[in-house]
Order: sequence, then structure tokens, then C-alpha cells
Amino acid sequence: MKHSYLTALILIAVIAAIAIGSQLIGIRLYDRIATNLLISLVLVVGLQTFMGNSGLLSFAHIGFMGLGAYTSAVLTIPAQMKGMALPDLYDFMKVVEISPLLAMLAAGVLAAVVAAVVAYPLMRLSDAASVITSFALLVVLYTVMNNWSAFTNGPRTLFGLPKTTDLPIAAIVAAVVVVVALLFKESRTGKLLRASREDEVAAAALGANIPHLRWRAFILAAFIAGIGGALWGHFITSFAPKAFYLKETFLIITMLVIGGANTVTGAVAGTILITFAYEGLRGTESALNATAIGAGQVVGLTEIVLALAMIAVMIVKPGGLFPNREIGHILTRARRKKETVA
Amino acid sequence: MAFAIQFVIDVLSLGGAYALMALGLVIIYGILRLVNFAYGELIMVAGYTMYLSSGSGLPWLVMAALAVAMAVLFGILTDYAAFRPVRAKSVTAVLITSFAFSNLLQNAALLFISPRPRNVPLPDIFSQTVSIGGAITPVRNLITIAASIVLLAAVAFLMRRTTLGIAMRAAATNFTMARMLGVPANLIISSAFALSGFLAGVVGILWIGRIGTVVPGVGLEPLLVAFIATVIGGMRSLPGAVVGGFLLALIDTTLNYTLSQDLLKFRDAFTFSLVILILLWRPQGLIKGPASGQRT
Repeated sequence: MKHSYLTALILIAVIAAIAIGSQLIGIRLYDRIATNLLISLVLVVGLQTFMGNSGLLSFAHIGFMGLGAYTSAVLTIPAQMKGMALPDLYDFMKVVEISPLLAMLAAGVLAAVVAAVVAYPLMRLSDAASVITSFALLVVLYTVMNNWSAFTNGPRTLFGLPKTTDLPIAAIVAAVVVVVALLFKESRTGKLLRASREDEVAAAALGANIPHLRWRAFILAAFIAGIGGALWGHFITSFAPKAFYLKETFLIITMLVIGGANTVTGAVAGTILITFAYEGLRGTESALNATAIGAGQVVGLTEIVLALAMIAVMIVKPGGLFPNREIGHILTRARRKKETVA
Repeated sequence: MAFAIQFVIDVLSLGGAYALMALGLVIIYGILRLVNFAYGELIMVAGYTMYLSSGSGLPWLVMAALAVAMAVLFGILTDYAAFRPVRAKSVTAVLITSFAFSNLLQNAALLFISPRPRNVPLPDIFSQTVSIGGAITPVRNLITIAASIVLLAAVAFLMRRTTLGIAMRAAATNFTMARMLGVPANLIISSAFALSGFLAGVVGILWIGRIGTVVPGVGLEPLLVAFIATVIGGMRSLPGAVVGGFLLALIDTTLNYTLSQDLLKFRDAFTFSLVILILLWRPQGLIKGPASGQRT
């Protein structure tokens, strides 16, 4: 148990270092990247709570992020702007305007409630069928966001969210989420769920109600995704449903998988690594576009490199960078080993 | 009467296409327990082959054959790139590599061809219509029905009567046992990918024949359809995939005819909700396949 505290401490220190470091450098671009990184961190760690503990791949995560972003948007866009931003909104919603912090909470709760309702039957499914249905769920959520114009302004861009997310807030939320993920991992539910990940039959034989355990983890993951979505919405302030689809899903799954889905440390490491790689590649891409060799625009290069990296990691180290031990655990083991040698 | 004929033709042509898509996916899943996310990209490959060869002046049928051949080639490539290196590792690892490979192909199309839709050459017959019993139907629907009947029969024959098919089914039931009895594993896996690619290629031509253009994301809808059809039908059963495909087409077509314009936008959401209901009732899918065996 002691090494879990150490892990939490180290991961929070990393988050703080990112936040404070980029504040100290004082370049606005770095601030943006750092905030983006911390928001991705919230999402990836959220996904880890489900995927890491249950061992099931979930594609629906970004859908719940979208749900959170739109919930928070509808609740916080100033009443006088709603006529413009959301012309078809139902009348009784037009007067609602609550503080972004409350709205963020509401976003998480709504995402969790939706997840609780739709996921209950899905958690009974075995590995491949559950992956496929989670993929279908992503499509359903996307379809709804794309078409329920009253709440989302349809496929058009929704604007007018108050910009309330800044670096410190993102860092605080990220730190809280990391602690929650670690607590969940060590909780009774988390332990049973991890047992079911290792051996479904044995865990069930020992009395673990696997669908129910998975269900709880899924709700928690959706809650965190909703919060992350709200956080992102108030950072970016205008977005369209296509921000919550396959491209982003690919990105957060890459982050989690390269870092190591089974550990929170892996989720954090993967997010940091991929964010830097992504920004670097994007920079290269736009540099290539600026020099304008050849006729067309360079698009998709970033994704190609990331996809190749993902395949390479799967071949060489299928568990990711941190396959099964948290950083605190690794360090305490290393120290103990040194002591026994000495 | 005309309406009934129209409805039946719609269901059969859509269902035929859906069934072929699902079959291509389930052949891989049944044997290898691999959910091939790159399946939709095989359809994309077929489409782009048609586009790229459109300037060559070849007869259309040759182009179509070329497109199918490319889909087969890329199907086998999927095996080497995304599956073989991680075969012995976890199911999740395989899923992720195929997802990554799918992204790789899509973005390669984006980078090297264009993000914009490209026209695909189609023979005139694809845009003609005929009248059957008062119902006006595009000829391409009839072509789809005919092609799906022929292909489903051919696959059924292959699976039941030929050595290759029997070996594949044996591998799907118990991979280790089949290997011990002398079934060459790599050959079986490669032929499964080739067959899957072949089905994807044919479906690709029929599917893109409906739309007329090809974009990098063209494979997503067929992939989803195949996913859902296989989940409804039972993940490990070939007849299940076909039944699932036709059932999904029935649901889709019925919704098309009954929903109002406002609700039609949400059709996918309705379809998938129905799927969830079916799964509540039968988590294994409608038709249960052979018990799952080990993959390596």
C-alpha cells in the first residue's frame, strides 16, 4: 500500500512540474500545449480506470467526453448569447446559466448516468463483442450529437462558452483524477476487476460479479470523461461534434496503450510522450506545408507515424512502457533490492 | 403490391451487401479471434484502385477485377503487418494493431491521394432503373442481389466441400488440434485474410457503386454494418453473420420507410438501440458458433 502513496506523490509532482514549468517559461504556446496535455491526461486516466482494470478496450470514451462538453456548454453559455449560439434550444433551458464549476460536475454526472443506462446490458458481453458494441456506442453518441440540433447546434460549430479553464485548474483536476484512479485501482472493486482481467473464469468462480464490477468501472470512466469534456469545452470555447470521433479516440487509445493500459503511471507517461510527439509532428507537418514542395497539403503524416509507433510498441512491448507496476512500486522494489545487496 | 416488391428488393439488396460484409469479418474472427478494424479499409483500397485505374482505358470488368485483387493483396498485407507479429500476444494487442493499421491506411490515402471525394468509374448499367411489377428499382440493386447469392453459395461450397474450407473450419473450432493434425497454420490464416479481402473487394465495388465516389473514410460505414451484423448473428458463426446481415438490413429498411424525416437522422441510433435489446435477450448472438479455442 505504501508504494501507492509514493506513486500518487510522484505523479502529482509530475503534473505540478508541467504546470509550473510552463508558467515559468512564460510562452503562451507552451501554456496551451501544457493545458491540452493535462486535459488529455484527465481523459486518458479516465479511460485507464475502465480499460486498465477490466482489460476491455472501450471506444466510447470520447463520446462521453462530448456529452460532457455539450452538457456544460448548454448550462453555461450566457443567457443573452443562447439565442445566437443555440437558436433551437428549448425555451425552459434558455434561462439556465450556472457557474462553470457546477456545470462541470453536472457534465460528469450526466455522462455517468447515460453510461449507467446504456452500458448495463453491454457489460455482459465478452471481449470482442464488447469492443464492437463500445465502438457502436461511440457512433450512436456521435449521431446524436450531430443531429440533436436543439442542444448541440447540429454539425455546426457551437461557440460562446465562457473560457474558464486555465492551466492551474486543469492541473488540479488532473491531479484529482490521478488520485481517484489510483484509489479505484486499490479499492475492492478495482482489485476484483483486475482479478477478472487476469482470469475471468477463476474470478467468477471466487464470487466476483464481473458484469457488475465492469459496470461500476465504466460509470466511473464516463464520469471522468464528462468532466474532461467540460474542462476541454471551457478551454477551447467553440467546437463541433466531429471533435468527438475517431481521430480523437485513436489519439487517446494510442496514449494509453503506448504508456501501458494497466497502470496509472503508464497512462500519465503515455499522455506526456504522445503529446510531445504529436506537437512535434504537427510542427513538422506545418513546416512542410509552409515550404510547399509538391502540390498538395501534407495531411495525415502525424497519424501515420503514430500508427506505426503503436504497432511497433505492440510488437516489442505489448504491455506498453509500464506494463504492470506503478512507478512507486518500481522504485520501492529497486531500493529494497539495493538494501539486500548491501 | 408495388410497394411490397420495392420493400423486398430493398431488403434483399441491402441485406446481401451487409451479409457479404459481415461474412468477410467473421471469417477472420472465427478462425483467429481477431476483430479486424482494417476491414473497412480493404473496401477503401478497392475504391481507390478503381479511381486510379480509371484513366487507363481498360474495360470496366478488368478494372473491377484489379480492384478485387488489390483488396485481396491488402487483406494478406493486414495479416503480415498487423496480425502475425502479435499473434501470440494478448487479444487486446491484436485489436490495437489492427486499429492502428486501419488508421495507417486511411491516413496514407489522405496523404498520398486526397482528402476530397474521388469519382469512381461505373458502367452505365449501375445508374439505370427497371420496373418490376410496378416498382421502379435501380439495376444495381438487382446486381447486388445476384452477386450476393452467387458469392454466398460459393463461400458455402468452399467451406463445406473443399479441403481448404474444411481446414479453415477445423482451425476455427480448435486451432491447436487442427495444427496437430497437420493443418498448416500460416497458410490457413493467410487464406482466411485473402478470402476476407476478396469479399471486401466485391462488396467495395457494389457499395461504392451506390455512392459513386470514394473518400478515405468510406470504409467506416461498411465496417460498422459488419460489426453489428456479426454481433447480432453470433460472433463465431458464418451462417449467423449472414442472418445478422439480412436482419440488420430489414431493420434499417423498415426504419427508412417508417420514420419521419426528423427522426430519420437518428436512424443509426435507433438501429444500435435495437441491437442492444437483442443482445440483452441473447448475449451470444442469434446463432451460437463453435466453442472458442486457442488461437496459436
